Amino acid sequence: MADVILAGVGGQGCVLSARIAAETALSMGYDVKTSEVHGMAQRGGSVVCMVRWSEEVHSPLISSGSADFILAFELLEGLRYVEYVSREGTAIVNNYRLDPLPVLSGDEAYPEDTLENIHSVIPRMLVVEARELAVEAGNARAAGSVLLGALSSFLDFPADVWEESILCLVPGKAREVNRAAFMLGRKTSARM
Amino acid sequence: MSGNEAVASGAYAAGVRVAAAYPGTPSTEILEELAKYGDIYCEWSPNEKVALEVAIGSCLGGARSLAAMKHVGLNVAADPWMTLPLIGVNAGFVLVVADDPGMHSSQNEQDSRYYARMAKVPLLEPADSQEAHDMVADAFALSERYDTPVMLRLETRISHSRTVVEHREERMKIDLPYERDAVKRVMIPGHARLRHPIVIERLADLEREAESFRFNRMELKSSRVGIVTSGVCYQYAREAFPEASILKLGFIYPMPEKLIREFASHFHRLFIVEGLEPYLEEGLKALGLDVVGKSRIPREGELNPTVVGESLSELIEMDTGVQGGGWSRPWHETEAGMEWQLPGRPPVMCPGCPHRGLFYALGRCKAIPASDIGCYTLSVLPPLEGIDCQVCMGASVGMALGLERAFASSGVNRAKAGSVVGVLGDSTFIHGGITGLIDMVYNRTLSTIIILDNRTTAMTGFQDHPGTGRTIMGEETRALDLEELAKAIGVDSVRVIDPWDLTETEKVIREEVGAPHTSVIISRRPCVLLERAARDYYEVDADLCNACGRCLRLGCPAIVMRGESAFVDSELCAGCSICFQLCRQEALRKVTPDG
Ligand code: SF4
Ligand code: SF4
Repeated sequence: MADVILAGVGGQGCVLSARIAAETALSMGYDVKTSEVHGMAQRGGSVVCMVRWSEEVHSPLISSGSADFILAFELLEGLRYVEYVSREGTAIVNNYRLDPLPVLSGDEAYPEDTLENIHSVIPRMLVVEARELAVEAGNARAAGSVLLGALSSFLDFPADVWEESILCLVPGKAREVNRAAFMLGRKTSARM
Repeated sequence: MSGNEAVASGAYAAGVRVAAAYPGTPSTEILEELAKYGDIYCEWSPNEKVALEVAIGSCLGGARSLAAMKHVGLNVAADPWMTLPLIGVNAGFVLVVADDPGMHSSQNEQDSRYYARMAKVPLLEPADSQEAHDMVADAFALSERYDTPVMLRLETRISHSRTVVEHREERMKIDLPYERDAVKRVMIPGHARLRHPIVIERLADLEREAESFRFNRMELKSSRVGIVTSGVCYQYAREAFPEASILKLGFIYPMPEKLIREFASHFHRLFIVEGLEPYLEEGLKALGLDVVGKSRIPREGELNPTVVGESLSELIEMDTGVQGGGWSRPWHETEAGMEWQLPGRPPVMCPGCPHRGLFYALGRCKAIPASDIGCYTLSVLPPLEGIDCQVCMGASVGMALGLERAFASSGVNRAKAGSVVGVLGDSTFIHGGITGLIDMVYNRTLSTIIILDNRTTAMTGFQDHPGTGRTIMGEETRALDLEELAKAIGVDSVRVIDPWDLTETEKVIREEVGAPHTSVIISRRPCVLLERAARDYYEVDADLCNACGRCLRLGCPAIVMRGESAFVDSELCAGCSICFQLCRQEALRKVTPDG
């Protein structure tokens, strides 16, 4: 069983990655629940999706402080939702910064030391250059699959079940790129 | 499946032949999924009232019918909704309403359950996708058995949560004959007086149905803690207090009194776990039961296991002697180390959004803009600060008229009378703005209406509407001609502009706002997300940029100030060129990607 938080910015692909993880857990025979974000929040706002699998799952929302993993698609968003993660959990963080509007407009500053702060509360942290790896795989938009790849290395689901889910949920041409991105992500955790 | 997909799948199996909706988060995907079957007549209606009326007509015509909308949509459809129970149905009628506690994508968080009680219509509430799927069949059966519409209430965490569903593949065939019955279906006062007692009488039968409804469930565990709940809140309660006894209701209007009393007999008091209003709580208090509800559980915002745990743990600890009532406080509330202040990340209009140029120009004209609801509402935030007021779809037209009249008759505000503008989208103009525009012409106002025509219903996920020339089934159809419509209504001046052309946009706005007549400006440019082809982008020549920050006034998420110069993220930039038009240093340069 596992509870996974996916935190990022609308448009980064959190919803799709959440679905891929859910599909994979479902194929492994678990009861699975997810919660997604649609509508206004998708326009570049702060987005959090949740995926849970176990013998039996009740709430689609994860209790604060209890998630096993967070996939942070962006640094600030990772820090924002880190309180959902258990102290014994694992943070998988894309080393990527996207300035929110209050920072762009100069009203507020982007926080320094996001990685250090996440690390200070969640000792098990893996930093991934997901964007660079996704570019290497063929498209920066596949960063979510890199993060899933990193997640997969902490779980005992076979790689081909993950790949099945990717092929089934990613549309058209992006499929192969996402599969490649996933494999690159899966290898990174060796460097933790 | 998501709850919305499950409703669609259940409706398909139940033999629905007609389904109508206006898109609205979190209900939108119900119709999109139904349309995929191909053998159900599905439509995007111009608004929720029409959707409900279409479904009323088709249920009278003998086809099982479904209307879907978000909570605020039911306000628009409330007129037919309140009289439909009097005329009853022929084939079954189910209204699916999705509430949005916490307002993830809504302007309010009203509680739709009261609409069922007010209309005396049976109300079912699923706790996951499986129940959503199965309850649709039950709802149609109830509807036909008791000659009443039935309401199925979802909320965001049902609609947009995915849970495992076993679904039926075969499809029921329901095809009932149509026969005239004017006493029953024409609500002149004399007929309506005959019908109302029937509606009241059937409530007793419906209550009997509620008692034995298969999705009510009594889980007797702890002998000290009894919780009454329904819908997704059941899941939160179960999660927060695994040892508690729970009465989970699926049929919540009328409420199953006997079942509730039986459960209550085990406990000296009951805890009510429900989001938003004290709907269940009022019902149980009316039965004379000792309950704890909104005195502990928040009445605003969204519940989750943490909020439920926090709200009740102290009282449950008193009743059980178990520390925290079995619930434990999350670490970040008890430990130090989480003191950082983070900037918010509100949603923003996309890079290249056609609305950005329009609002920039509008701001320069010092107009007083009333707005309605769409992506453009996001222009309210700095730096654009593009709108002054907003309530619901279509309302900006009437509000502009009212603002103008107040200013014109005022001493202090008189000078503002000439600068009122109403802005709204193409889809919301069709939804609720047309009658307002008729009012403006009829009552001779001088204000200007700007229709932000991006050729789609963008915020809910790019649905077609009567102006796009395509139906939800993907068929070509007539496209409503906004210019001709405005002219036919009698608008004095109708102009069309491209909001990517800042100079022209500003010029036309100044002319029309200043002119002593009723005018409509159609700001036309498709939403940038409609086509994802490779496009031009802009880059900054750091040697020419003097970091004046003019381009940042647009609030485009693709431009940031990096040290001594602006920087454009080439991946985000959509090449709209408006920053280039603003730059006085000629520091921005267009790049055309090869291939
Ligand atoms: S979805 Fe379209 S209309 Fe909405 S903000 Fe983005 S570009 Fe603008
Ligand atoms: S960076 Fe300039 S050209 Fe690119 S989308 Fe933003 S405003 Fe338009």
